[in-house]
Amino acid sequence: MIEEILITARHNPKIDPILGIWTWEISVYLFLGGLTAGIIFFVALMNLLEKNDTYNFSANRLALWAPIVLSIGMTTLFLDLEHKLYVFRFYTTLEPTSPMSWGAWVLIIIYPISILQILSTFRVGYPVLSGWLEKIPFASKLVDLSERYIKVISWIAIPSAIALGIYTGVLLSAFNARPFWNTGLLGPLFLISGMSTAAAFTVLFARSHEERRLFTRYDLGLIGIEIILVVLLLINLATGTEQQLKALEFLTTGGGYAVAFWGAFFFMGLIVPLFVEFIDLVQENRTLAILGPLLVLLGGYMLRHITVNLGQETSWQNYGTEYSVEALERVNKIYKHGLN
Amino acid sequence: MTIRYAMVIDTRTCIGCGDCVVACKTENKTPVGLNRDWVVEATRGKWPNVRTEFRSERCNHCSNATCVTLCPTGASHYWRDTNIVLVEANKCTGCKACIAACPYDARLIMHPDGYIDKCTFCHHRVERGDDPACVSSCPTQCMHFGILDDAGSKVSQLLKTRNYKALMTETGNEPNVYYLT
Ligand code: SF4
Ligand code: SF4
Repeated sequence: MIEEILITARHNPKIDPILGIWTWEISVYLFLGGLTAGIIFFVALMNLLEKNDTYNFSANRLALWAPIVLSIGMTTLFLDLEHKLYVFRFYTTLEPTSPMSWGAWVLIIIYPISILQILSTFRVGYPVLSGWLEKIPFASKLVDLSERYIKVISWIAIPSAIALGIYTGVLLSAFNARPFWNTGLLGPLFLISGMSTAAAFTVLFARSHEERRLFTRYDLGLIGIEIILVVLLLINLATGTEQQLKALEFLTTGGGYAVAFWGAFFFMGLIVPLFVEFIDLVQENRTLAILGPLLVLLGGYMLRHITVNLGQETSWQNYGTEYSVEALERVNKIYKHGLN
Repeated sequence: MTIRYAMVIDTRTCIGCGDCVVACKTENKTPVGLNRDWVVEATRGKWPNVRTEFRSERCNHCSNATCVTLCPTGASHYWRDTNIVLVEANKCTGCKACIAACPYDARLIMHPDGYIDKCTFCHHRVERGDDPACVSSCPTQCMHFGILDDAGSKVSQLLKTRNYKALMTETGNEPNVYYLT
């Protein structure tokens, strides 16, 4: 038997008894970061394939969503910071060993790329709004210019989107202190999941039947790859070190994550949409066409939610603690006010 | 890094009194409820063959500190070419990456200010040539502090002559707090 208990006070907020430093703010940020990566990727792809006439939403209108979605994500990321006034410190340095530092700079690169994508597709995508835009001096010149270089913009956008998508996973996998996160598979998994949510997003909002069918097909492929990556992740844990085996227990018998992982993520977020989208493709059912993508989006969020939370529960050490804040507060009260 | 400071703690003489914890709070004025060091009672075996050891724990001032490598702003850094890991409050965003990065959970959030705090090996005392507060307050004198690379130092001598361990060296962090067993 090994029993290790703390015998002096240690109850540092958000750290003891189990780590809880990151909550929904980070899950939402990682989810929206992945979605943005997917959006930018598909916009670039459609423009490279010159599908502006056939696939109006993804080629011409989708680009506008990227900075909106990303900004919401960056807002929740900001909300998570404990020392908010010093947020500018991300941009006074580049720390080569820190994925978060790289990520902060990738986000900065993503914005101009995304704005250029919007400008280059604005006239076709949003004719009414673009009428207003062109009243602003220089704006129409800028639009002309970005339209001319749309291919270049797209070629830059694709690797940037992939970098953003992978970064949302590498951000977590870089922590060797948290065994559940510490696998290189998180990068590709979050990238593919992000692209899948973007495809689902497009299916939800595209008006053209053909476009919805194309993106449903894309999504089916991506869900397939995602299932393979999830299985690989589980194999990786199952054949890993003691700490990783313990992490796996959280997903199977021992932990509170089994239902969320297998039920809400794997079944409802991957398997069911796989069937629903497939049936929709064959039978063309409008209800299914909405249900499938919605489940994909929910599943995408669940993946981040489970990963962020479970990762913090897996650790190299877990001390039992005899120290209780409540007990201390009671003693304090008695000391100050007497027994009643 | 050219100077490696180490702490060597004798688990055979430690009685788990917690004076080191009190000394740290007094010296560094850490706010109520926050602790930079703590004492663990570890019991191994099965009755009647049990063995208990007390360990006073804190940041290990790792030679390969993941909290420093993963900090996105450079706020977590090595102090003056030593292995003493410090946080610069006016560079810290409170992103908490360093907390997630520390396998020993040795860091804490300075609420309500929000920057990250940790054991400093009392570098302000070390600078004057004193031992850290915890070391100098230990009533059983089971804690020792000094330069690891100096063969004549007390810590080097102890590690040469006694059995010792460090915590979770398998993390690859190269911790610099040693426990004599
Ligand atoms: S013990 Fe933790 S906080 Fe201290 S140097 Fe090592 S990784 Fe950093
Ligand atoms: S919380 Fe502060 S010290 Fe820690 S990683 Fe973030 S910026 Fe660095």
